[in-house]
Amino acid sequence: MVNPSEREVQALACLPSLRRYARALLGSVAAADDLVQDTLEKAWTRLSSWHGEGDIRAWLFSIMHNLHVDQVRKPRLVVISMEDEMSDIPDRARQGDTLALRDLDRALRKLPDEYREVLLLVALEEMSYAEAAEALGCPPGTVMSRLSRARAQLRVLLEAEHAALKVVR
Amino acid sequence: MNIQPPITDEELNAYLDGELPTQRRLEVEALLAEYPELAATLNAYRQQDQGIKALFNPVLNEEIPVRFTRATSATTRFRAWPLSSLQRIAASVLLVVASGSAGWLARGAWTPDTPSHDIAAIDNTLATLPHQAAIAHVVYSPDMKRPVEISAEHEDQLITWLSKRLNANVRPPSLGMLGYDLIGGRLLPGASGPVAQFMYNDAAGRRVTLYVSTDNPRNQETAFRFAQEGPVNVFYWIDGKFGYALSADMDKAELAKLATAVYGQLASAH
Repeated sequence: MVNPSEREVQALACLPSLRRYARALLGSVAAADDLVQDTLEKAWTRLSSWHGEGDIRAWLFSIMHNLHVDQVRKPRLVVISMEDEMSDIPDRARQGDTLALRDLDRALRKLPDEYREVLLLVALEEMSYAEAAEALGCPPGTVMSRLSRARAQLRVLLEAEHAALKVVR
Repeated sequence: MNIQPPITDEELNAYLDGELPTQRRLEVEALLAEYPELAATLNAYRQQDQGIKALFNPVLNEEIPVRFTRATSATTRFRAWPLSSLQRIAASVLLVVASGSAGWLARGAWTPDTPSHDIAAIDNTLATLPHQAAIAHVVYSPDMKRPVEISAEHEDQLITWLSKRLNANVRPPSLGMLGYDLIGGRLLPGASGPVAQFMYNDAAGRRVTLYVSTDNPRNQETAFRFAQEGPVNVFYWIDGKFGYALSADMDKAELAKLATAVYGQLASAH
């Protein structure tokens, strides 16, 4: 049994990757950080009921997944911070995104939610299929089939982006 | 070569993700050498993955917003409690007591002779007040260039103008002792007429807004109440015909201190 403060430290260590995943999932800085905040609040109230078995990261991601599913089903009042929106623009340029990365980002947005989720958990968060299944609350077989469709569909979307560019030129 | 390789796309994914048993992994490697299209697909998937990392790994190096770590310390404080929403409110009330002004809390109960239709009207005011105040807070407080209509430099004009428009004496409390200076104020449309919003900030630029409505139909008083609207915490109460709501994206205990100061000044002014 892990003691509570140790658990809190373990949970906090996941904070940067929760943010990264939320950003990739939602695209917007403000919406992503709101989702992280909601996830943390839920996690803190439930931390005492978490038994310290398994991966705390998968547990946190499963909380985030469930909150995201709720939000998609029932959009709530969106709070937009102007500072976020403004700082977003120069940030992008500074990171020196290549054209290809912007295409990829656009294509990612077009993927169905459940495909994007599984792809990000495996490719970005480097979760095993078992961990991803735990986070999404689905069988590992579902992870495999969605992941396969996600990568294949993303490839088609990217090729379509490139084809569109060639036609414009 | 047009023959389909004896492998599913799911298996190719599992190969890429290191999920295949050794024996099958070796077989897939042989297939990759044999079927160039299969290798091209694998390469495309690998590049997608690398692109996704390039896009979002920079988030790992971003500074963690203060509100996340604030949520942690607050929880550490309340961790021993089963946190139903009622108990959260109880916790906030306890904090207010602890910060040194207990007397007025006792006035929270309804007086026995309150007519029921008035209770309904007040309940309605209470239900909408924190939400409207939080919306006004999130709309105006992030604005760096024009957060207010009249700035604190012209405080006298601000007070005269808002008092005239609200048809009541409204005056911004002074929070300088707690490190918050008045930026100014503005007039806003409320549920049934004009409302005022005063904005303050501290040296670090954190902003607090006080929302003042005069919609309350009967003279009544309520206890301090607490609401959370997204990232915004709100303490609100009704005093006479005035409804007050103090909003900020800050820790509940910290906001409670400010709300106590605001309450004290406004109550003594009446």
